Amino acid sequence: MNLDFSPEDQAFRAEVRAWIRDNVPEQAGPAIGIPSHKETQFAWERKLGQKGWLAYTWPQEFGGPGWSATQRYIFDTERALAGAPPSSPFGLAMLGPVLMKYGNDAQKQRYLPPIARGEEFWCQGYSEPGAGSDLAGLKTQAKREGEHYVVNGQKIWTTQAHWANFMFCLVRTNTEVPKQQGISFLLIDMRTPGIEIRPITTIDGHHHLNEVFLTNVRVPAENLVGDEGQGWTIAKYLLTHERTSIAGVPDSYYQLGRLREAVATDAALSEDPLVSHRLAALEVDLLALEYTNLRTLDRVAKGQPPGSESSGLKIKGTELQQAISEAQMELGGLGALPWLSPADDAHPVFAAATQRYNFLRASSIYGGTNEIQKNVLAKLLLQL
Amino acid sequence: MDFSYSQEQEMLRDSAAKFALKGYGFERYQSTLDQPGHCDPAVWSQMAEFGWLGLAVPEDAGGLGGSALDVALVCEALGSGMVLEPFVAGAVLPARLLSLAGGQPALLEAVASGTTQFAVAWTESGTRHDPAFCTTRAKAQSDGYMLTGRKQCVLNASNAQTLIVAARTSGEDGDENGISLFAVEASAPGVELKPYPIMGGGYAADLQFDAVKVDGSALVGSLDAGFEPLDAALDHATAAACAQALGAMSALLERTGNYLKVRKQFGTPIGSFQVLQHRLVDMFVEVEQSRSMVLMSSVRVDSSPEASVRRRAVSAAKAYLAQSSKFVAQQAVQLHGGIGVTEELDIGHYFRQLSAFGNLYGDRTWHLRRFAATPAA
Ligand SMILES: Cc1cc2nc3c(=O)[nH]c(=O)nc-3n(C[C@H](O)[C@H](O)[C@H](O)COP(=O)(O)OP(=O)(O)OC[C@H]3O[C@@H](n4cnc5c(N)ncnc54)[C@H](O)[C@@H]3O)c2cc1C
Repeated sequence: MNLDFSPEDQAFRAEVRAWIRDNVPEQAGPAIGIPSHKETQFAWERKLGQKGWLAYTWPQEFGGPGWSATQRYIFDTERALAGAPPSSPFGLAMLGPVLMKYGNDAQKQRYLPPIARGEEFWCQGYSEPGAGSDLAGLKTQAKREGEHYVVNGQKIWTTQAHWANFMFCLVRTNTEVPKQQGISFLLIDMRTPGIEIRPITTIDGHHHLNEVFLTNVRVPAENLVGDEGQGWTIAKYLLTHERTSIAGVPDSYYQLGRLREAVATDAALSEDPLVSHRLAALEVDLLALEYTNLRTLDRVAKGQPPGSESSGLKIKGTELQQAISEAQMELGGLGALPWLSPADDAHPVFAAATQRYNFLRASSIYGGTNEIQKNVLAKLLLQL
Repeated sequence: MDFSYSQEQEMLRDSAAKFALKGYGFERYQSTLDQPGHCDPAVWSQMAEFGWLGLAVPEDAGGLGGSALDVALVCEALGSGMVLEPFVAGAVLPARLLSLAGGQPALLEAVASGTTQFAVAWTESGTRHDPAFCTTRAKAQSDGYMLTGRKQCVLNASNAQTLIVAARTSGEDGDENGISLFAVEASAPGVELKPYPIMGGGYAADLQFDAVKVDGSALVGSLDAGFEPLDAALDHATAAACAQALGAMSALLERTGNYLKVRKQFGTPIGSFQVLQHRLVDMFVEVEQSRSMVLMSSVRVDSSPEASVRRRAVSAAKAYLAQSSKFVAQQAVQLHGGIGVTEELDIGHYFRQLSAFGNLYGDRTWHLRRFAATPAA
């Protein structure tokens, strides 16, 4: 067993670090860690795309750099530590792997390259008002009419639908069979007539989420991924990918580092043993998560799928993100209280803390709630 | 021992609850968010009519001379109804401070009648909540005083015409002795205000005093003796804020319980899942524990001749509720799922208020420390 990075990995790290340092967007809102500036986000993704580093988890044949799992991890760490925003996961981490596995050649050629170049932006149309945790209960209908599917229904909680060019969508194509079997996976162009997007403001005071209403939306039948009725299998495959990236270890290191910097600027905090105790405890938890994450990456590198262990990473990862933001808010004291308008005196980390704390409550809800992750683990891994 | 309320207290509680639920509600809360300073003048004068603004004002100064428990009953109702108007910062704290410091009956009358808005300026950056830490200075002059310094995040300052400012007239930055209180017009030359909304609603401001001249009559109470009344008044305000938080926590418990009964997933109400049942029970237990702390601290805060008894009681309550309120708020959001993190639903707004509560009037760490450092009587 060897827990150190090889000299090649070290050299790779130096190369990545140098490039990111020269290219990191200035106004990325790194203190907040939530992509909410559209133009900054897009420009950064395109820049990574031009360098060939945007689809860094993809194999070379689909436009990825062909990195090892360790190299990806190094890249993600360097990206986070530089305060650069994470890439939007929908095209890269979710749809990409799905198309590689289930898409036909035409779909791979049409959709993968623009994702890898950062030119087309996707959103995820899974959840519905009545179908959240019980995703298979979704009702949005797609009826085959000649060369089209005609889609009617409503999606909700669609992150950045207002930015997206396309939505990958779960629809019901058959109501006669058991609910999991009647679901299909469709790709929908967001400019298609009949799509209406309504914003939802979240408790951080911002607009990331939307409701998407679909009324007689005509989707070409060639946009069906896999076979009709295969949607549930595809959806589950996609979710294991979604959850692996959610642990967020590098970003948590970054936020913890920023918190340490902020604490250092205030003698009342930096000389307080309770504060250093709290920071150390967070770091220890993060270290445990990091090594669990590395073990998962090692398994993936050896050709095994991430599997349901990724649920554990999601639970711990989101709890830690929440705990770090809570520490940022509490240690910020009065400096963390101004709402959506920066105060003069506060350190930027403290100024952004309440917004982060509020937004991150969603992290134990999105991507499947932590309760549902525990059900998955209990059933699949512990066989209860 | 007797934990029952008097008949008057029952009536006070009922009328406050009625106002908060029927006369206020989420829509009123949202429209108050559109008002300057997050305070609707109509609601404020309604609160004056009910006598609530004068609840903490002694009878001989035109108030109702209510106990801390009376105040807590109103606060709990206001918290459960998410009433945004700055009752604690704008009425309870100034009333207690003015009456404990002594003198200035005209100011007390103004608190009770609601004709003037007040704010108490005591927090400074770098204090970590310690009221003894005061770097703002007041220099004696032939005809009065001159104030210089900064205050951070002064609640309700942007609505206030009169600021009660803690300023040092002698001693070093962290000394208890040597702090004096001054009633300063917010519009006085040299007073600069930077107002901003705070999380959970309400306005605060950072203040700058640049050689602000006040005359001798601006001194509230005795020279150099402002710490004791400030410390005691803050304990009153803290106990009141805890009661308000308790109201919000109970509202979240009730709403979450109802939601678990109606929200269906997997063909059954989600309240049928044992893990959620236990979570709701944990919330219930925390609300009950918090209620005990609110009652205990409200009774002790004004019935104790010993400052140490009062301080321990209030610090215990605030330390406890800072934690329990976060737990209850977080679970309420979590159990609501996606809808819990929207601005559309009241859950997220209660959540923000309780998150802010943790950082106000001394945080958990500060109060645990004060509790540990204060000998039991
Ligand atoms: C910020 C954010 C971004 C999102 N982005 C997207 C997106 O881009 N695309 C998309 O499709 N969806 C998205 N979602 C939706 C998300 O996946 C759902 O909110 C989530 O699956 C929970 O569903 P729900 O909100 O309907 O909650 P519910 O399913 O109603 O759950 C309510 C509560 O009940 C619990 N619960 C439910 N069933 C069980 C059970 N069997 N056992 C124990 N507990 C249970 C849940 O854990 C939760 O605490 C997003 C959500 C948020 C908050």
